[in-house]
Amino acid sequence: MNELSLYILDLVQNSVTAGAKHILISVSSDTDKDTLTVVIEDDGCGMSKELLQKVTSPFTTTRKTRKVGLGIPMIMQLCEMCEGRFSIKSEPGKGTVLTLGFKASHMDMPPMGSLGETMLSLVNGSPEGLEFVLEYRVDENEFRFDTQEVRAMLDGVPLNTPEVLSWIRDYITEGIEETRNQEQ
Amino acid sequence: MKSIADLEKIRQSTLSKVNLRRESEGTRIVVGMATCGIAAGARPVMNAFVDEVGKRNLLDVIVAQTGCIGMCRFEPIVEITTPGKEKVTYVNVKPEMVPKIVADHVVNGQPVVEYTIGQAE
Repeated sequence: MNELSLYILDLVQNSVTAGAKHILISVSSDTDKDTLTVVIEDDGCGMSKELLQKVTSPFTTTRKTRKVGLGIPMIMQLCEMCEGRFSIKSEPGKGTVLTLGFKASHMDMPPMGSLGETMLSLVNGSPEGLEFVLEYRVDENEFRFDTQEVRAMLDGVPLNTPEVLSWIRDYITEGIEETRNQEQ
Repeated sequence: MKSIADLEKIRQSTLSKVNLRRESEGTRIVVGMATCGIAAGARPVMNAFVDEVGKRNLLDVIVAQTGCIGMCRFEPIVEITTPGKEKVTYVNVKPEMVPKIVADHVVNGQPVVEYTIGQAE
């Protein structure tokens, strides 16, 4: 995958499949420390100790259609390549927290790509009743997107209405752009 | 610049369409969005379908997603089901194919045979 936002889309699909009702995606950059940290936190079904131990193996999957599960091994490899760290904490019935750390300036670090497009795909493809929060931070500056806030404003119009999805993409893209520019 | 306040206008302009959308049993466009699909380019494909359906104001069409259906080498895969007709599977789909698939297949009922799995094999 050539964008970090695609890895995020792929990993959040695991939270959706785990039946989460709330998913937090947090992306923070620290310019002085030269780090980029992505946290994906959900309140899905979580994993047993046994599954957690083998979840980083490419031959572990809960799916029946094929015998490989490449999402987590690929991101783990990327974190390691970029002098970062990968951690996964999970508890059955409580949820899962995935933390991905990267050296931001590392030459193997893919570009962030479009988080607006990723959120459009996630919101469109997710079941009703699932809420997302996206936090995007560059040092002190923060942009926050919360589907609950959007839902309250829409008062009954579903989030997967094309006009709403298009607004979500543009709102996030502009918000992120502004947060980046504030820093410069 | 977009703001949260824009949503009030969107709510007013879409509320009447929402009920029509809910009542209709129409076409389902399903995009494979597992790791294999995303790596092969499923995100821009799915978003292109959302844009095209919105642009054409197709109220009886739903764009949905699914996981891996086991034919990773053909990703991005898109399945289109219309009530009373056979399912059509498009393979190696690119965003630039989307307007033609929507116009010919979804709107006019003529599947784009050259993009289907039968032609890829």
